[in-house]
Amino acid sequence: MSRHFFGDTAVLLGRSLRHITRSPDTIITTALMPIALLLLFVYVLGGAINSGSHSYVSYLMPGILLITIASGISYVGFRLFLDMQSGIFERFHSMPIARSSVLWAHVLTSLVANLIALVVVVLVALLMGFRSGAGVLAWLAVAGILILFTLALTWIAVIAGLSAKSADGAGAFAYPILFLPFISSAFVPTRTMPGPVRAFADNQPVTSIVNTIRDLYTQRPVGPDIWTALAWCVGILILAYIFAMVAYRRRRIA
Amino acid sequence: MTATTTARVQGPAIHVHGLEKSYKKLEVLRGVDFDVARGSIFALLGANGAGKTTVVNILSTLLRADAGTASVNGFDVVTQGADVRESISLTGQFAAVDLILSGRENLVLVARLRHLEDPGTIADDLLDRFSLTDAATRRVSTYSGGMRRRLDIAMSLIGNPAVIFLDEPTAGLDPQGRLEVWQAVRDLAGHGTTVLLTTQYLDEAEQLADRIAILHDHRIIVSGTLTELKQLIPPAKVEYVEKQPTLEDVFLAIVGDHGKHGDAGNDRSVDADQ
Repeated sequence: MSRHFFGDTAVLLGRSLRHITRSPDTIITTALMPIALLLLFVYVLGGAINSGSHSYVSYLMPGILLITIASGISYVGFRLFLDMQSGIFERFHSMPIARSSVLWAHVLTSLVANLIALVVVVLVALLMGFRSGAGVLAWLAVAGILILFTLALTWIAVIAGLSAKSADGAGAFAYPILFLPFISSAFVPTRTMPGPVRAFADNQPVTSIVNTIRDLYTQRPVGPDIWTALAWCVGILILAYIFAMVAYRRRRIA
Repeated sequence: MTATTTARVQGPAIHVHGLEKSYKKLEVLRGVDFDVARGSIFALLGANGAGKTTVVNILSTLLRADAGTASVNGFDVVTQGADVRESISLTGQFAAVDLILSGRENLVLVARLRHLEDPGTIADDLLDRFSLTDAATRRVSTYSGGMRRRLDIAMSLIGNPAVIFLDEPTAGLDPQGRLEVWQAVRDLAGHGTTVLLTTQYLDEAEQLADRIAILHDHRIIVSGTLTELKQLIPPAKVEYVEKQPTLEDVFLAIVGDHGKHGDAGNDRSVDADQ
């Protein structure tokens, strides 16, 4: 790692953040779908769903937050792809900079953009009656898990962005990830699902993450779910990082 | 601006020997050799797909050759990649500028990434030198092709690299943009920078280059000064041809270019072999 890594990453992060502030539509579109789902499930479908919880909006929140992240990360792949296509990637790589900072700047930009979108979604949820008596520590833990989840998905997006052949392809990988929360404990308790579906729902990453976040802000004791959730996030993060680096190297020294 | 930030090493600015590269089964380079003297403009001439960009990418450490050696500013492109990158600037085939940032922000960005002091002043100087001051704060997406290219080249000058690679610098430009870029390249060489440019336009090589190499069939088939290359074919016979304005002359006269184009068309009528 070069001695300029942090400085170069900061400069390039500043560049991509300017892209976001100059086209805030990426954040608006990221937040739009989760908000629409929130409205749909709370005011249209929610009445018929027995979640066993006092307020359905509170039950729904973890899943909505994860969907926000899943819809936000596709922009990383998109931005990365555009950079490669425009040749600015090659310019950076032919300069005396820490080469990995080119990727890290995009990853950190994704983190910042997703956190802003999450705040927007939470504010809307508060207007719709979402309340929590959880303390600062519990909220920090929620934030920590969300950040970890964002990083894990972002590195998957980096793989997609580096190996895509078109701008649409760079964003399309996110759709399967968007569907995972629907087959989890995010919208309804998994015990209502038929056997095989329930087995899938109980054992996929989203359920443990959703349960952990829900326990944290409803001030219930956190079960073993938190370890499963952390293991999934860290595991995906490490694997995605390794594959992203492989794709990056292949792209560079073709 | 003649001083470069990188240490000067004796010998040619670029030395290429026996370079080979293939993409899977497709052979692109099969033993390419050439040298570029310091402070000169060297044109690599070849048709589309001849492998010009591959040579440039190997020299700028973006690509690794299968065989052969190459050094830039005395540094080996494989073992001393970081030193090579300190010595060079690459202006790729498409203007590699950030369209969402302003022209000034683009320049400041590169100055920061080259770890230079006072990026703002560097940016303002270059904006002035490339007549972009009026457009400095506008987003680059509003620039014309010629302006983008000029900004692109200006970005390459930051940090005064000893060697500059220009990969098809005028591809896709209108005649005026082309002349602007030619002027910029001449100024560069005047400042002592070594320029390697690739082009498929014969007149561009003729106008700019001190030495020309023709890349054909995966190899350099000839290399030399324009005069040397002209001696390869039977001597010119003198013919008197009435000088007709070219369409380019007419176009530039009508749209109000200020006479910069004088040398672009005039000599051609004396070249008997055309």
